[in-house]
Amino acid sequence: MNRRDFLKSSSGFLVVAFSSVGSMRDLAFAQAPQPGRFDGPGTPQLDSWVAIDANGNVTAYTGKVELGHGLLTSQTQLVAEELCVPLSRVTLIQGDTAVSPDQGTTSGSQSHPVNFNEGALAQACATARDALLQMAAQRMGVPATILKVDDGVISGGGRASLTYAELVGGKKFNLALNPNAKRKPASEWKILGQPVQRLDIPALATGQFEFVHNVRVPGMLHGRVVRPPEVGATLVRVDESSVSALPGFVKVVVKKNFVGVVAEKPWQATQMATALRAEWTKGSGLPAQATFFQYLRDDTRSRDQFTVNSKDVDDRIGKAAKVVKATYQHAYQMHGSVGTSCAVADVKDGKATIWSATQSPYPTRNTAAALMGLKPEDVHVIFRMGAGCYGLNGADTVSYDAALMSQAVGRPVRVQLSRKDEMAWENYGTSYLIDQRVALEGTGANATIVAWDYEAWTPGLGGRPGYNNPGNVITGFLTGAEPQPFTPRTPAPDPANYANNLNIAPSYVAGSVAGRKGGTGNITSERVLTHNLRSHFWTGPLRSPERLQNTFAHESIMDEAASAVGADPVAFRLKHLSDPRLIEVVRKAAEAAKWDARSSPQKNAKRAGAVRGRGFSCVLYEGNNGYCALVADVEVNQDTGVVTVKRFVAAQDCGPISNPDGLRNQLEGGILQGMSRALSEEVTWDAAKITSIDWRTYKPLYLGAELPVIESVLVNNTNARANGAGETAITVVAGAIGNAIFDATGARIREAPFTPARVKQALTARQA
Amino acid sequence: MNITLKVNGQSHTVDVDPTTPLLYVLSDDLALRGPKFGCGLGQCGCCTVIAKGAPVRSCVTPVQTMNGAEITTLEGLGTIEKPHPIQKAFIDEQAMQCGFCLSGVMLTAKVALDRNPKATTAQLQQALSTVLCRCGAHTRMMKAITKYQREGVRA
Repeated sequence: MNRRDFLKSSSGFLVVAFSSVGSMRDLAFAQAPQPGRFDGPGTPQLDSWVAIDANGNVTAYTGKVELGHGLLTSQTQLVAEELCVPLSRVTLIQGDTAVSPDQGTTSGSQSHPVNFNEGALAQACATARDALLQMAAQRMGVPATILKVDDGVISGGGRASLTYAELVGGKKFNLALNPNAKRKPASEWKILGQPVQRLDIPALATGQFEFVHNVRVPGMLHGRVVRPPEVGATLVRVDESSVSALPGFVKVVVKKNFVGVVAEKPWQATQMATALRAEWTKGSGLPAQATFFQYLRDDTRSRDQFTVNSKDVDDRIGKAAKVVKATYQHAYQMHGSVGTSCAVADVKDGKATIWSATQSPYPTRNTAAALMGLKPEDVHVIFRMGAGCYGLNGADTVSYDAALMSQAVGRPVRVQLSRKDEMAWENYGTSYLIDQRVALEGTGANATIVAWDYEAWTPGLGGRPGYNNPGNVITGFLTGAEPQPFTPRTPAPDPANYANNLNIAPSYVAGSVAGRKGGTGNITSERVLTHNLRSHFWTGPLRSPERLQNTFAHESIMDEAASAVGADPVAFRLKHLSDPRLIEVVRKAAEAAKWDARSSPQKNAKRAGAVRGRGFSCVLYEGNNGYCALVADVEVNQDTGVVTVKRFVAAQDCGPISNPDGLRNQLEGGILQGMSRALSEEVTWDAAKITSIDWRTYKPLYLGAELPVIESVLVNNTNARANGAGETAITVVAGAIGNAIFDATGARIREAPFTPARVKQALTARQA
Repeated sequence: MNITLKVNGQSHTVDVDPTTPLLYVLSDDLALRGPKFGCGLGQCGCCTVIAKGAPVRSCVTPVQTMNGAEITTLEGLGTIEKPHPIQKAFIDEQAMQCGFCLSGVMLTAKVALDRNPKATTAQLQQALSTVLCRCGAHTRMMKAITKYQREGVRA
């Protein structure tokens, strides 16, 4: 079966000789340095990563899956490069719990750091090449060092050449991953580093691609969920007779507060979900959205956490010549996948198969098993791509929906959520309220920030289910599983070590904890305090989770501080940075944008009509996972409050570049998604329920919108570790746009999204 | 009720509830992969097909209104081996990320350019004003559409 057939195939089953690899848990391997927070244990067995068949074709197995970001292609490039075979001879199997290694979740920009450095998939491929060279050397009776490999053929030493197929074809390696197996240096790359076209695009462009939405199983029924009408409402009773006479009726499935209907055909299920008479209690009520940020500030049931606390901040601020302070607010936002989430499950005789677009095949296997009362090893999760998810969309929860309904009827069931069910109950990117204070000494070119004080309030509920918490998403919760516990804690303890995974600390502080400096800046008087609160709505990772919200506030106050002392925003940033790679992307973005070094706002701008300005923003994503700097050129219509971005110029350094075109695609996509979020996306609610439930009430960037030009500078840092690249650019967009609005108009906008109404409000405040 | 549809040149007769949206018949009864359920409200374009020469949002179009109609879906334009010029332009420009929205993007743009091969940017923007891509592939898509306009549209 070639790749194309594989992509098109409907079952995708492959018979593989070796057994399930999930049980291989070598502690030493699990503790290797590369795995991030969402990475599974992997496996130390080479045969679980790479197989070579009798024709010399390579099949590789990965737990990191394609989400529309090009990972299928770049991982295939990696395998082909390390094994010295053309791309066409590599088949990659992603996220199938029967055969793929348990690599946890494809998230947190961790797929590149995990699989493209010295561990996991890269290490497996290097081990395989090394082993093949050793086998050939032994057969030929020559040292391996004089041999070379080309297209799966090993030659040299004056002996007859040997193919991979002759050496190991169809047989196991029976080897452990070799930590000493050397990766190919980037200087020798022929396939990695090239702008290889995505392998899945021809099938996508011609409507041939099998999304999870297209999985069809013989005898398959169709389910729809019926969610509570209000947040916190619980089920009183369901009147099955309200739908049981409808054509195609199969069953009403109820499990505590979970309700679903199953029908022969999808339209029947849709109609039944509307027709079903279900009685619910009143909801638990929601705080007024108009005063929500004050509600957060007043909520004392918080879990407090210091990222840094040098304990001299109040003193430094008290004595400072100048203090700039401001409060920033960020709305809840949603993933809002363009296709609603879908899954197919086939549960019978105590065993289950789930076709799922989950980012977390093994964790979904375990949590779905728990909900069904099955053993994890009796559940088989097969990854099939969904619509772009950008984090924890409904893919996990709908996998549970399908599993529960299939279990209840003993037949395969396909469930696709309605637009409203997707939008009203997904795990939103959370809201943030952030107070920033910076103390300044000196003016103009001599001005410096001497102390930085950050205090934030942010609500959370649920999140990724991981291996143990199905109650972290709506379906698990409705069936009775609890979300991960929330334990208030005040006051916050001193930090034990510096960790800036959520970019809670700004780029400009030293990040000194326990005598060690971990930050990218040089401000040593630093306090960063977060009050984590309980959310009324489900929350979870949305592309650049929390990092985006924090970076908006950091890059905005940095700009306000520069303006307060009459400094150029780029020069002022550079003065407070210590990390050479962050400094380099700042310089490169400014240079590429032909940045005009001066203070903001621009002088003598009109106070009405259209004006233009430019803004800057930068970040080291997750504190250690990819650098990006961004310039935004915007036009503000001061009569309407409408902001139009004319141009973005980005510079990015994410280590060695696997695929420059794929990287540009991610940069451009991240920037435009960031623009959509910065300008219009906002979850809304009334006293009882979510009211942003479709594309009229939740406002996205349509294709027909006026689009900016996007230019990008890629820094190919081949000596560095491979970093993530999908979430860096989006992190800096709101900051760059907000700063550009200020530069254009002199009005500072401190609440995202920057809707026309808020821009108008900021313009009015300026004039007052 | 028996409904006959001519989809991508092939005639199909299906016995369905006449109020069923066309999309459900295409993707479920006929197992087509091009048109997709995005919102069920006609707000995003994922379900777009070409019927009677116009882009139609099949998720809000009762199948009974399409009896006897000729319908083209994304897979009806071209194949992997022989893609339609607009599909080729999207492949050449790598103009997508997840690709779920492509029926709306490509078929809406194709009809707009078939009707007016000299459409201006503003006219294309108008045609695509309710077509949604959530991955932010907008600039690449507009580039691919312009490439198709330049090289691919038959007069």
